[in-house]
Amino acid sequence: MNNSIMHNKTIADIIAGLDAGEFTSVEITQHYLKRIQQLDSTYNSYITINEASALAQAEAADKRRAEGNAPAFCGVPIAHKDIFCTNGVRTSCGSKMLDNFVPPYDATVVENFARAGAVILGKTNMDEFAMGSSNETSFYGPVKNPWDTNTVPGGSSGGSATAVAAHLAPGATATDTGGSIRQPAALCGITGLKPTYGRVSRWGMIAFASSLDQGGPMAHTAEDCALMLNIMAGFDPKDSTSIDRDVPDYTENLNQSLEGLKVGVPKEYFDEGLNPGTEKAVRDALAELEKQGATLVSISLPHSKLAVPAYYVIAPAEASANLSRFDGSRYGYRCEDPKDLRDMYMRTRGEGFGDEVKRRILVGAYCLSAGYYDAYYRKAQQARRLIKQDFVDAFETVDVIMGPTAPSPAFEFGAKGKDPVAMYLEDIYTIATNLAGLPGMSVPCGFVDNKPVGLQIIGNYFDESQMLNVAHQFQQTTDWHKQAPEGIEIGGAE
Amino acid sequence: MEWETVIGLEVHAQLATKSKIFSGASTTFGAEPNTQACAIDLGMPGTLPVPNEQAFRYAIMFGLAIDAEIAKTSVFDRKNYFYPDLPKGYQTTQLDKPIVGPGHVEIELADGSKKSIRIHHAHLEEDAGKSLHEASFEINGHGMSGIDLNRAGTPLVEIVSEPDMSNSEEAVAFAKKLHGIVTSLGICDGEMSQGSMRFDVNISVRRPGEELGTRTETKNLNSFRFMEDAIALEVERQIDLIEDGGRVIQETRLYNGDTKQARSMRSKEEANDYRYFPCPDLLPVVFDDDYIESIRKDLPELPDTRHDRFVEQYGLSSYDANILSGDASMAQYFETAAKASGDTKLTANWMIGELSARLNAADLSIKHSPLSAEQLAGMIARITDGTISSKMAKQVFDGLWNGDGDADSIIEAKGLKQVSDSGAIEALVDEVIANSDKQVDNFRNADESKRPKMLGYFVGQIMKASKGQANPQQVNEILLKKLNDLL
Repeated sequence: MNNSIMHNKTIADIIAGLDAGEFTSVEITQHYLKRIQQLDSTYNSYITINEASALAQAEAADKRRAEGNAPAFCGVPIAHKDIFCTNGVRTSCGSKMLDNFVPPYDATVVENFARAGAVILGKTNMDEFAMGSSNETSFYGPVKNPWDTNTVPGGSSGGSATAVAAHLAPGATATDTGGSIRQPAALCGITGLKPTYGRVSRWGMIAFASSLDQGGPMAHTAEDCALMLNIMAGFDPKDSTSIDRDVPDYTENLNQSLEGLKVGVPKEYFDEGLNPGTEKAVRDALAELEKQGATLVSISLPHSKLAVPAYYVIAPAEASANLSRFDGSRYGYRCEDPKDLRDMYMRTRGEGFGDEVKRRILVGAYCLSAGYYDAYYRKAQQARRLIKQDFVDAFETVDVIMGPTAPSPAFEFGAKGKDPVAMYLEDIYTIATNLAGLPGMSVPCGFVDNKPVGLQIIGNYFDESQMLNVAHQFQQTTDWHKQAPEGIEIGGAE
Repeated sequence: MEWETVIGLEVHAQLATKSKIFSGASTTFGAEPNTQACAIDLGMPGTLPVPNEQAFRYAIMFGLAIDAEIAKTSVFDRKNYFYPDLPKGYQTTQLDKPIVGPGHVEIELADGSKKSIRIHHAHLEEDAGKSLHEASFEINGHGMSGIDLNRAGTPLVEIVSEPDMSNSEEAVAFAKKLHGIVTSLGICDGEMSQGSMRFDVNISVRRPGEELGTRTETKNLNSFRFMEDAIALEVERQIDLIEDGGRVIQETRLYNGDTKQARSMRSKEEANDYRYFPCPDLLPVVFDDDYIESIRKDLPELPDTRHDRFVEQYGLSSYDANILSGDASMAQYFETAAKASGDTKLTANWMIGELSARLNAADLSIKHSPLSAEQLAGMIARITDGTISSKMAKQVFDGLWNGDGDADSIIEAKGLKQVSDSGAIEALVDEVIANSDKQVDNFRNADESKRPKMLGYFVGQIMKASKGQANPQQVNEILLKKLNDLL
């Protein structure tokens, strides 16, 4: 086989290759590490590269496979978003505040992949504390979109999305609080899945907004996302919000026919803010699904317009408390030579946090303040309940809901930097699912000016299997997910 | 001018769970700093709280003991403020949906009257760590403070009363009642010197018939005596202030038990805006009736029930029974000593009298009494069997208190044996009568009704001659007989 393009493989291909003995985990791990060394200076998708430990893990995986009792995923290299705590490996969350932070524990997601024998190539770049939709807020510099390095990869999981899109990892973990898996997946032309809230443990995943954060996979295909989700999902007694419910094999239903599937198409997701090229790609994708036997049902999610304002009260409110622990007293950044306690607090947080993080802490603290709580936080919670009810009502009549993931394709660096609200509108179609706690996916469905467009699939609670089935079937008759950016040699679409 | 005092209490009781309220770290007191704080207690990034069921069980036990409604759904909130001993920058507590709803307890006062004190609610929360300001901490010429997070995350139940108390006696009686309830339930060790129970006292004064005055809060009182002193001090301060034409401002005050002085810590204007909101890391906790009923079924004996049993079983007065039954350790001490000594009344008297006075003076709880219930019983048994007099017993008690061994060895060592040999006592009586001609004549010539009073002189002389060791009862009997023979 041609080892120079081993990186064209999906996770499913890698598992098959390892099973068949076509190559070893050490070989494919070395291949990815070499690519990262050669190419990532262009993309900046990794914050930390685990060269030595990845090779050790790969050797151990090969040994385990040779012994014959290895789990399927054993030896597959992936990357973790730098929001997941990794025992003994710096976990920065994209912030100066945690530039020196080495956790003494693994996130449950990290532990699950370790148990499955996965090889961790490194930790991927991200918006600081997952706050951003363009990966421009990272302390480690912006990530470049492989499809056009003048444009952003989306955020906050821009590093994971780019690592996958540039074939610097076959899959990567990510997190989604308001669209942070789906929007960068869309902008980078890959597949990403945000599970139902409570499906994946949040233990060891540095909190942005606890009631919205959810970890999930990013990869090239729905099948790969299913393989990763099999490892990530499950009840965790260390996370009180994780849900004790059986985890199905997410690959089991991938091949079911879409005949009779009812697809809800919310009119609110095709409004005037939507880029016409994006709309056309999404409409074409819906037509493709119709061809496969799905029925499109026009629906309304009447409280959609409340989603962005409600989110930008609730998420900052929770963040303002979640980020209080970064005070310089126990770990992380501490300002030089503090004069007294107040000085230590003020300069540590003033110097350690970037502007967007500070903006959200201020907004959150304001919304929770005496005299404002009812007008903002309580109102936002009411809006949240209405938004959730919209979906509950819609799922009475449809199986999945579809629309665009992001309102437009990737934009240029700095394009929305001066206007936070314009940036916040990037998540206009993704935020509602976080508020409702529903699972959502983004699947590549076309291009506008050679920039990828994502189709969003929203599933019912704990119905990740159905979402994956739809996405997989779509990928059987389309090849948007097989396209590679210019300059990324993958040996042509199969 | 007449004044009325209005007092309400907020009581923090550490729950005696083995591990912390949201982590598996141990809660044992007195360990080396920061050896009992895990990643969760340190507020490390990505860590999450997992509630300790035992803490809920204990809080429900308390609620049932004060006849309160238990909330079917209990919600935790975050109380946000920055302080180095608060690792997450917020305290996880309960604001709107506390686990224990309104309840009440009955207190008994020295005059035998009873009063019901209402409890507004009780909620669960986590304790903070401790800041250690020691001169030895210094880096680059700056003073440094150390943080010990062993206590961080220890479960607390905060009990909030209505302002139903009108003087320090009632406040202390209420505090003692709560102490008795939580120690009887076994949900708190009640060790106030270790901070296991801490009291915040809200005080205001007004003239009868007027609206409530502005209140102040004196925080973190950790002994009943400090509470009594602090209330007296604050009431006097407020009355003086108003009578001098000033006005009370709403503020938090700190009382120093060593200097017996209090100072303002912060005024309402400086108070934090805590920005409470429901903790998104913890789901609402729901209890069903069966769960609550199963806890009710297993409740141990409570102070009120024990009080009635002590009156019934031991024939104690209501007041004595109140003192001995209120605190679980006190009650256990009493029952052990009473059984071992065989004299309930004498045991009660010694415990309420000498032992309590000594413990109070030394600021010790009964749990830390230098003499055990068995040792006290040993001494009482020697009084009952006539080996020592009550007066000698005081010396034996001193010996027990000082750790000189058990009653018998102290009696032996100090040569305190009472002379009960009637022959020896008769000889002493004869000797004193022979040397007291004048007093014998007076006795003989006195009106019969005055004679009993005149015995004191003879008894005193006889006891003196016996170096205090003659059995006073026998002395009285023999003396009276001999003097009457002279009539």
